Amino acid sequence: MNRGIYQIVDNKHLTKDIFEMKLEGETSHITAPGQFLNIQLNGFYLRRPISICDYDDKTVTIIYKVVGVGTEAMAKLNKGEKLDILCGLGNGFDTAKSGEKAVLIGGGVGVPPMYNLCKKLLAEGKGVSVILGFNTKDEIFYEDEFKALGADVYVSTVDGSYGTKGFVTDILKDLKYDYFFTCGPMPMFKAIEKIAETSGQYSFEERMGCGFGACMGCSCKTKYGNKRICRDGPVLEREEIIW
Amino acid sequence: MVNTKVNLCGIELDNPIIPASGTFGFGYEFAELYDINCLGTFSFKGTTKDPRFGNPTPRIAECDSGMINAVGLQNPGVEKVISDELPKLAKCFSKPVMANVSGFSLEEYAYTCEKIDKQEQVGWLEVNISCPNVHGGGMSFGTSPEAAAEVTKAVKAVTTKPVIIKLSPNVTDIVSIAKACEEAGADGISLINTLLGMRIDLKTRKPVIANKMGGFSGAAIKPVALRMVYQVSQAVKVPVVGMGGVSNARDVLEFIMAGATAVEVGAANLVNPYVCKEIIDELPEVMAKYGINNFNEIKGCAYNG
Repeated sequence: MNRGIYQIVDNKHLTKDIFEMKLEGETSHITAPGQFLNIQLNGFYLRRPISICDYDDKTVTIIYKVVGVGTEAMAKLNKGEKLDILCGLGNGFDTAKSGEKAVLIGGGVGVPPMYNLCKKLLAEGKGVSVILGFNTKDEIFYEDEFKALGADVYVSTVDGSYGTKGFVTDILKDLKYDYFFTCGPMPMFKAIEKIAETSGQYSFEERMGCGFGACMGCSCKTKYGNKRICRDGPVLEREEIIW
Repeated sequence: MVNTKVNLCGIELDNPIIPASGTFGFGYEFAELYDINCLGTFSFKGTTKDPRFGNPTPRIAECDSGMINAVGLQNPGVEKVISDELPKLAKCFSKPVMANVSGFSLEEYAYTCEKIDKQEQVGWLEVNISCPNVHGGGMSFGTSPEAAAEVTKAVKAVTTKPVIIKLSPNVTDIVSIAKACEEAGADGISLINTLLGMRIDLKTRKPVIANKMGGFSGAAIKPVALRMVYQVSQAVKVPVVGMGGVSNARDVLEFIMAGATAVEVGAANLVNPYVCKEIIDELPEVMAKYGINNFNEIKGCAYNG
């Protein structure tokens, strides 16, 4: 983990309420896809934990949804403004456990951490299918970005306005894969858990205090003992999760 | 040249800065960020006789200039703390540590304190009779002078090290409780624990915290904490450790002027993990700015103001 000052180089709409922010600063403490940042905002006491979508040696990209007063304030930030950020938090996805044909399943605002993961798996020479689930066509983002990486990309919408009508599991059930990685809402997780045929990793969300393991605000029980979502997670392996 | 040393119940601290229990774990997360031996000491995660998972999540809610937590004393239990946590802690912290202990009965407080008291690393016991987040214990001992005195006596009877009783602000007369603890043999008083509070989610129309209510802490509570430290430190002779919303060196001076011997830093650690080191680094300069050579000069100086 690193605490640093990061400069906003871009902060733009991807959809009506989804924003993409690019930040310039120290990225050497990011060790795995699926880690997150904890961002201090003027006028708010606690930081905002946001998953890392992508990074290189000097920039980090996050994608966030405006859901409350904090993310509303983030959406109003301008290029050039500076933010105090804790970077490289959480365990992230462990690609070493993946087989040769991984499927990545992102639901809504759970899509972003799949992007760098997809890049990494492809760089490791693995086959990657990506399933992106949204409610409706207007909410879709990053389909082209995933395609540009060279992954097989499938999209589902609940209302059928784009791609497969229904849920990510309506696509997953027909795919061949030997490992899965997923991030998204709890109902999606439960649906995946019912039909998934292999081992995999789930990235969880929880209200956090500190984001680095000190306050025990985001604890959960697992088969391997109590874990802190922020420090021992957010990624948990399928075998340890108590549903 | 300013002197930042203070003496807490017979043990000298390099400075009065003490990370508060529940915001600093057993130190390792912070030892990865800076050398925690710069601290006066720190109060480790509240320990109980048996292991506890604590309350369901969400356990955290944000407030204006503060936060609410309802963790509920999650800890691995006293046996594991002694066998696993303290040896790990010894590798990154060489000063006497403050052991924070909680319980649900007099027997439990005594059992846990007696075990912890025997640990060489432990300098003081901070006995929490003020946790607002657990039912059937914790705060209920801290809300009456009689019960507070009983816990103090039970712990003092089985321990050799200085016993500091941590008080709840959720009472009508904190001075009478502090005095009862002192009369029962407490070697020090620390205050304040969190204020009982809540938040409601406008979308779900339900409390944000799964446990409904929780402990309110952070910068917002400083004036309340300062007032209580001011009242209690005048009423007792034993040292008072002040806490509540401390975020910088100026806050530390305010608490000492209100009568505190040392100062704990809580919620601020969660927002800025380097805050205690930053306070320690800036303390000499801020003391010099206000013409302070040492803390004895200003301890309780606000009484006659």
